[in-house]
Amino acid sequence: MRHLTEIRWHGRGGQGAKTAALLLADVAFEAGKHVQGFPEYGPERMGAPITAYDRISDNPIRVHSNIYSPDFVAVVDDTLLSSVDVTAGLKADGAILVNTQKTPEEILPLLKGYPGKVFLLNAHDVCMATLGKYFPNTPMLAAMVKISGVMDINEFLTQMETSLKHKFARKPEVLEGNLKALRVAIEEVVECR
Amino acid sequence: MAIRTRMSGNEAVAHAIRQINPDVMPAFPITPSTEIPQFVASMIANGEIDTEFIPVESEHSAMSATMGASAAGARAITATSSCGLALMWEMLYVSASSRLPIVMALVNRGLTGPLNINAEHSDSMGARDSGWIQIYAENNQEAYDNFLQAHRIAEHPEVHLPVMICQDGFITSHAVENITLWEDEPIKKFVGEYNPEHYLLKEDEAMAVGPYAVSNYCMEAKKAQAQAMINAKKVILEVAAEFEAITGQKYGFFEEYFMEDAEFAVVAIGSVCGTAKDAVDELRAKGVKAGLLKVRVFRPFPGEELAKALKHCRAIAIMDRSESYSGNGGPLGAELTAALYKEKVTAEVVNVMYGLSGRDIRVSDMEEVFGWLEKMAAGELTFDEYPYLGLRSE
Repeated sequence: MRHLTEIRWHGRGGQGAKTAALLLADVAFEAGKHVQGFPEYGPERMGAPITAYDRISDNPIRVHSNIYSPDFVAVVDDTLLSSVDVTAGLKADGAILVNTQKTPEEILPLLKGYPGKVFLLNAHDVCMATLGKYFPNTPMLAAMVKISGVMDINEFLTQMETSLKHKFARKPEVLEGNLKALRVAIEEVVECR
Repeated sequence: MAIRTRMSGNEAVAHAIRQINPDVMPAFPITPSTEIPQFVASMIANGEIDTEFIPVESEHSAMSATMGASAAGARAITATSSCGLALMWEMLYVSASSRLPIVMALVNRGLTGPLNINAEHSDSMGARDSGWIQIYAENNQEAYDNFLQAHRIAEHPEVHLPVMICQDGFITSHAVENITLWEDEPIKKFVGEYNPEHYLLKEDEAMAVGPYAVSNYCMEAKKAQAQAMINAKKVILEVAAEFEAITGQKYGFFEEYFMEDAEFAVVAIGSVCGTAKDAVDELRAKGVKAGLLKVRVFRPFPGEELAKALKHCRAIAIMDRSESYSGNGGPLGAELTAALYKEKVTAEVVNVMYGLSGRDIRVSDMEEVFGWLEKMAAGELTFDEYPYLGLRSE
């Protein structure tokens, strides 16, 4: 793995893209990495496009700028593909992960000729089967860890179990569903090019 | 024992407040500092600290209540940003001249307008002449460490001035990064108990705080206040040395990064310094003698010390994240240029305006600034007006 991995998240306000970025920083820290997880703030409101970022490295991170040449991009809402330049600066040897219910044939033409790897995840179906509610950030996080290889996937699952147990201490009934959502997403994410 | 963890800059300051357990915190929420009183309120609700939290109806009231608590003899703190600091304006001067050792967490955000919530130093820089000590942070670690040192500086008998601990809004306040926390016991011992000599609730000692003074007395009071700011220089270094002894973290008026033999120096404040360090590394790898001077303490202003550290440079860029609308550059530019003149530093100097309203600054932007310095030193570049870094021209 490269000594510095940079990830950019695109989502809409309320979908949890920022939370996913911060959670990824959290688990990568637990895996012994130097991390930076931060959102780009503007006039936020529910449904507006938002961007969040992760830097994960074996060395201390000092730079404080947004990420312009990410190794990986996650798109939490496929309606952003027509309005936001999600592949801007994305490294050709990196990858993009899109949450969609659409087919590769429908998605690929929207990626402006991005030559690198493309992964699709139907986070909606994963969520409905495991959580019964649509929280796309949890499965997207798991899929991103898998495709980026920023940490060992089993270590990720162990760390997430600890962190979700803490987070849902008062709602233990949702713990199992969330863990299942992570595992199913890791299985279901597909490389379509 | 150090505790390695990760948290945002706001969480780091809240953690410092938990360890200090101040007596009183009046606060009014404003982005991007809102999380600080929010975290503190949770700690109080969870019984982790017994600070008296006073929800107030405005920042003017927040500072007024903080002053009242401090004058009564309590260790009092508050937090704010931007327009919140502006609404405290009158009370900033009153608290400093009343010599109240208040500590404020300031999460820097630009003043309107255009209306914007992002990082800029126009809030604290506007308050630079209000009599408050100002200490700035590059990252969450420094925001935490600076806050832990603040009470010791503010409450020192030779200082007795309020302190604002500044960090860049969102860039560090909301970014989760690695941090090393210090254990409670040594920190509590380091910060110590606050035992003021004079305070309103002291039995058998009548005193007034903030009364009218006639002209025959005012000037002496102001000189005494100015002397306290001068005294703060020694105290800031003493407190930093003591903090280093228990944590290993070294702090001073400023940090010198590859300054020893630097020909081209950038002088800056806050989070941009991390980005500038990466640029210095890139340039050093190419053989360019680049260096960074990161200003930590802006009030008191260590002009002589800064100028001496820059004496051997051929060209200097002084970076301001705050307009003065003077037509003559920003506050750091104006004050440091004056200090350079007194030290007879003859380097080429440019004052650069950058990062206003959160405009992002990349490593390549900082490399561009160093490029200007090389050209200035070679006599190939001069600026008629102070430049705006990354300004769109279309």
